[in-house]
Amino acid sequence: MSLLARFTHVANNYGKATALGANPFKVRMEKVISPTEAVVNGRPTTLAGTHNYLGLTFDADCIEAAIAALRQEGTGTTGSRVANGSYSHHRGLEEELAEFFGRRHAMVFSTGYQANLGMLSALVGPDDHLVIDADCHASIYDGCKLAGAKVTRFRHNDPADLEKRLRRLAAEGGNKLIVIEGIYSMLGDEAPLREIVEVKKKYGAYLLVDEAHSVGVLGERGRGLAEAAGCEADVDFVVGTFSKSFGSVGGFCVSDMEGFDLLRVASRPYTFTASLPPSVMASVRAALKALQERPELRRKLHENAALLYGELSRSGFTLGPVVNPIVAVRLEDPETAIRFWNGLLERGVYVNLALPPATPNGWSMLRVSVSAAHSAKQLMHIAAVFRDVAYDLGILEMPVRAAAF
Amino acid sequence: MNGSIAVAEAGYDEVLRDVMTFLNDQTKRRYEITESTNMARDLNLDSLAVMDVLLALEDKFDVSIPINHLAEIQTVSDLARTIIDIKKG
Ligand SMILES: Cc1ncc(COP(=O)(O)O)c(C=O)c1O
Repeated sequence: MSLLARFTHVANNYGKATALGANPFKVRMEKVISPTEAVVNGRPTTLAGTHNYLGLTFDADCIEAAIAALRQEGTGTTGSRVANGSYSHHRGLEEELAEFFGRRHAMVFSTGYQANLGMLSALVGPDDHLVIDADCHASIYDGCKLAGAKVTRFRHNDPADLEKRLRRLAAEGGNKLIVIEGIYSMLGDEAPLREIVEVKKKYGAYLLVDEAHSVGVLGERGRGLAEAAGCEADVDFVVGTFSKSFGSVGGFCVSDMEGFDLLRVASRPYTFTASLPPSVMASVRAALKALQERPELRRKLHENAALLYGELSRSGFTLGPVVNPIVAVRLEDPETAIRFWNGLLERGVYVNLALPPATPNGWSMLRVSVSAAHSAKQLMHIAAVFRDVAYDLGILEMPVRAAAF
Repeated sequence: MNGSIAVAEAGYDEVLRDVMTFLNDQTKRRYEITESTNMARDLNLDSLAVMDVLLALEDKFDVSIPINHLAEIQTVSDLARTIIDIKKG
């Protein structure tokens, strides 16, 4: 049997997806013009699937900081911090993150994916239990595998279900670590954090919240769902990424846990990989500054989300349950979603295609991510193009105007 | 081995029947489900769907079935045996 034979079903689905038009997994951004515009397939395109929440990828301060660091410290660290040492930006960024979150400790990783791998694998071992929301991101599932702990899923955003499962595990030894997300990337819905914290306390478990999509987005100061829900003290670990609101790449974890620094040698995804290059960290530090000093970015982001959500909802689309920068549009089946996605791209609108099994409940969806950098005009255009494609595919009825005599 | 085999085997039939009933409901009776049915291949269940089957069976049998067991669970029979092993503790 060939090594790749066990991916036959993946190949079949992939074939189906690409037979209907452009290849959704190989979109080429020929030229990126701004946080919200690019040239795709030779066509000027509005970007609405990039999780560039605050629109900082072209921020002048972030770019200048990166250039200065590049000139001063070079292109890369060429190794891990354990082997090659920590640069001033590593410590500086960690100190600033700890301060921003009001935590004693912060640790940066080379990606958000590795932050989840690094934390989960180091925090629990084979005798412990990870209790995770069923809709958690792939990096959390992979972190679970690396941890080797027993993994129990609970029904998405269902604290009563979490409680039921913790009750079943109560007789078993070992620590229990609950893992959830702030905003879930598929539907844009938020975890019922206060209720989850109640259950956590009742069963003496620990809690890790992946705020990848909520840092810079939720909370008075942009610290995420824990801040917005007023339960930061009960969240033991906040994990996040620099690849969304911060407009760069990298991941982190902040915590008040005693002995946290031990993880720097205990966490293999931290220890055995090259650390972030100085230029990346410099841009992230500038982005963290912008996130704190320019709350208007967050206000604009939410205004924009409400505008697009309202437009699409009034047009008759089935959307995610809450107004958030991720606007999920649910469609009938994978084929419709793929056709719709192609229709949008042909008309110069780029969004994310989300198909089962990566989606909750086997849904087929288009995910639009709104940015503070979108203008109202761009968002109205995106909504209009959505309607156009829907009329074309016969998903929405063309509105019948009262005949004018 | 001793007399407990009989008890375990009786438990197996019961659990197997419950698992098959459950899978039949889940798949809207579109398939002929037997002990040797492979869930992914024969029932067209993707990895997430198989995990969701576990989630529901945990409630049905009031047990905790860590998803670490997934690698060993391919057929309906594997699933029933895993539940029994876990119930026995
Ligand atoms: C919830 C969640 N966690 C982690 C990640 C991984 O982050 P990164 O892209 O920095 O690896 C993502 C996004 O890709 C995510 O959506």
